[in-house]
Amino acid sequence: MTISEEKKPIFRGEQVYLAAADPEADASIFARWMKDAEFVRLMDTDPPKLMSVGKHKQWLEKELLEERSNDELFFLIRTVQDNRNIGLIGLDGIRWVHGDAWVGIGLGEREYWGKGYGTDAMRVIQRYAFEELNLHRLSLTVFEYNQRAVRSYEKAGFTMEGQARKFLHREDMRYDLIFMGILRDEWERMTAKK
Amino acid sequence: MKMNIPLFEGELVYLGAINPEQDAPVEAGWTLDGEFLRMLGEDLVRPLSSAEVKKRYREIEKEIDEKRNQFYFTIRRSAPGESENQDRLLGFTRLSRVEWNHGIATLTLGIGDPGERRKGYGNDALNLILHYAFKELNLFRLNASIPGYNQAGLQLFKKAGFKEEARRREAYRWAGLRWDGIFLGLLKEDWEQ
Repeated sequence: MTISEEKKPIFRGEQVYLAAADPEADASIFARWMKDAEFVRLMDTDPPKLMSVGKHKQWLEKELLEERSNDELFFLIRTVQDNRNIGLIGLDGIRWVHGDAWVGIGLGEREYWGKGYGTDAMRVIQRYAFEELNLHRLSLTVFEYNQRAVRSYEKAGFTMEGQARKFLHREDMRYDLIFMGILRDEWERMTAKK
Repeated sequence: MKMNIPLFEGELVYLGAINPEQDAPVEAGWTLDGEFLRMLGEDLVRPLSSAEVKKRYREIEKEIDEKRNQFYFTIRRSAPGESENQDRLLGFTRLSRVEWNHGIATLTLGIGDPGERRKGYGNDALNLILHYAFKELNLFRLNASIPGYNQAGLQLFKKAGFKEEARRREAYRWAGLRWDGIFLGLLKEDWEQ
């Protein structure tokens, strides 16, 4: 394959593209998203907590500029149409020896929920993981009460791999943790069809 | 109310603290054949020096002090009257990634010397740490993640009541083959029965 045969810039999808976060410019956006308790409860097992813009900036600086580890990376999700930051997506726990990594995604801007932006970002990171990083599989977990995300992941080609019983405790109820995964050959078959 | 139940003493083994000077060379020895770390599912299997093992101990103790989200015990032989065996280091067991808000933690257990496996030490230690997790820490459920090639580990955990809940397909590569990553769970309510 020559470079000219390449289809698309690796970080660009149909509706969104992935970009690097900037501690100075983006800390206030992160602080605003994290104040949305529903957003945090859909994305994380940690209790929602509040941090100042300065603290977010410090965290981003540490993450992006100082302690860059080679087993995780994360990106901002931006709209193609108007370059708006709408969320974040990343790989963590990359196990290079085994070719496996965990994907995490969250859309902080609520008006973009349920419109295909997340699924599109997921397709971009799949292509990056399989074509650029040469991974063998991608893994994710999603909370039982987040069925919108489950549907999006299924649309992006992830398969249900199991369910950890009563893993989460929220609002007096216990919920399962759902495991999903996609293998390289499944992704190849899915993208070849198009 | 019964408070005299021994938390750390089993029949064949007891749970103890880390003794870095003495334990580090023993654990470093376990890493020499690769199997110990591979069965635990470590990403990168390599021999560790005593100095590296000691550094790991320091990191564990730091995390225990500062984050309060893990518990670590050495597994030692309890053989009164056999001075050459008494207190001998056999392995370790730990509860890590404790999430207090959900009442969950990840359980790991390893017996280091291949010659000491299948003698009931792991099972004895497992019973102790389960009692500690459910009756002392009041956790609701425990998680365990075991590579598909570790049959002995899977057997041990299933015997204690863990159920296989997820199969991360082909998540491990070893010896030219792909193996699933098995995710198991044990609920307190199931353990109590």
